[in-house]
Amino acid sequence: MNLIERVIAISRRRSPWICRLNAGSCNGCDIEITPLLSPRYDAEQLGVELHGTPKHADIVLISGTLTLRSREAILDIYAQVPNPKAVVALGSCPASGNVFAGSPLVLSESLDSVVPVDVWVPGCPPRPQAILDGIARAAKLLEDGATKSQLESRRGRLS
Amino acid sequence: MNAVWSSLGSYLLAFAVWPGLLLAAPLGWLELWFMRKLVARLQGRQGPPFFQPFFDFMKLLGKETVIPRGVNRGIFLALPVVSVAAVTAALAIVPLPGNPAPSLPGDVVLLLYLMEVPILCEVLAGYVSRSIYGQVAAMREALLSLAYNLPFLVAIIAMAQEAGSFQMSTLQAAPYGLVHLLAAVTFLLALPARMKLNPFSIANAEHEIVADSHIEYSGPPLALFKLSHAVELVLLTELFAVVFIPATPWPLVNLLVYLAAGVAVLGGVTLLATATARLRLTQAFRFYWVWGGLASAVTLAATLVR
Ligand code: SF4
Repeated sequence: MNLIERVIAISRRRSPWICRLNAGSCNGCDIEITPLLSPRYDAEQLGVELHGTPKHADIVLISGTLTLRSREAILDIYAQVPNPKAVVALGSCPASGNVFAGSPLVLSESLDSVVPVDVWVPGCPPRPQAILDGIARAAKLLEDGATKSQLESRRGRLS
Repeated sequence: MNAVWSSLGSYLLAFAVWPGLLLAAPLGWLELWFMRKLVARLQGRQGPPFFQPFFDFMKLLGKETVIPRGVNRGIFLALPVVSVAAVTAALAIVPLPGNPAPSLPGDVVLLLYLMEVPILCEVLAGYVSRSIYGQVAAMREALLSLAYNLPFLVAIIAMAQEAGSFQMSTLQAAPYGLVHLLAAVTFLLALPARMKLNPFSIANAEHEIVADSHIEYSGPPLALFKLSHAVELVLLTELFAVVFIPATPWPLVNLLVYLAAGVAVLGGVTLLATATARLRLTQAFRFYWVWGGLASAVTLAATLVR
């Protein structure tokens, strides 16, 4: 790894830009993201910036129960995020469907079967510091080149 | 022939090293960091680490570029490059101490022209992106530039009238007078909108239209747009310092005074930005054509009185 690649790798950890994707959430998880940018948690110290468009994002925060209709949207938005990228699943909903599991309009699958998830943040909703920790862990994975999408593309290049 | 080569060399040096890209980029990142840190401290936060703008830039360099379907690839990729080149060339004209480029008669006109190019690039970037939000941002930027350019251009033209020449070095050396003060106020009126800061952050209103006109940009082209913005900050603050702050005979002292003045101006506009909320486009337009127009008229009148 030469110097420039090393600097870029460090920058990936130090500048994780996030974009939110509500895949059918009750809004509890999304509300818990907002305090991250407030004086109490101040995610800007870690270089986190909230962006509205997936084109500017490094980390997608996906919250909520996956519904039949949100599946396409998740795939579409995930594809728009430029590589390298990471996915953080917020709360119990993306993992299991939570209390909504079994409802007729809910996709009773884990988010992992739609897009590769790098970090699961537990909670319903997760605490803001847990979300911040999830972002920091995803940023570290980006530095190490160890997010699932990065590993996937490396494997693709080797074979 | 030799003279031609040496002057070409000094232009290249001014463009690439000082006050051009090599030193202006870190200076721009420093100014960006200063603004973000100040906003954070005013909001009771810690704010970003010192190297944050640098990390952002390097990270974007290492990312993939996604080009939307149906977008003209050539224009899409050329716009950020043109934008950076134009602001850097404009900065190379500003007679900062140690600038190797020889002063040209009429370089003020060239400077004003080059300073419009990044705005044009932003407007075009919004329109070529085929994103509805990008197009709204481009429209807002274009309309706003019609508003803030009135006081901005008048401030510089009044100084040229006062100095009796369209040459930057004459403007810099003009004896200090009332016109300086009036023109400086007029210039400062235009500055927040020029820098796209509150209350005039109308074209980059992320809460209304998701992002600015770079909405579809990603990776290195986005990094170049960010770099262009950083260099533009240096350009605007140093242009203010060079034209409106009285120069001393010692270049090194001048440099320090100019840099300090630049940081002070940035601090002022950042304070304004933190204390205000975004205006609507019509309100901003009216503000610039009424108050900006009034300030422009007074400044021009003062140049004629003498
Ligand atoms: S995990 Fe809990 S808080 Fe979050 S979206 Fe699901 S139900 Fe709502």
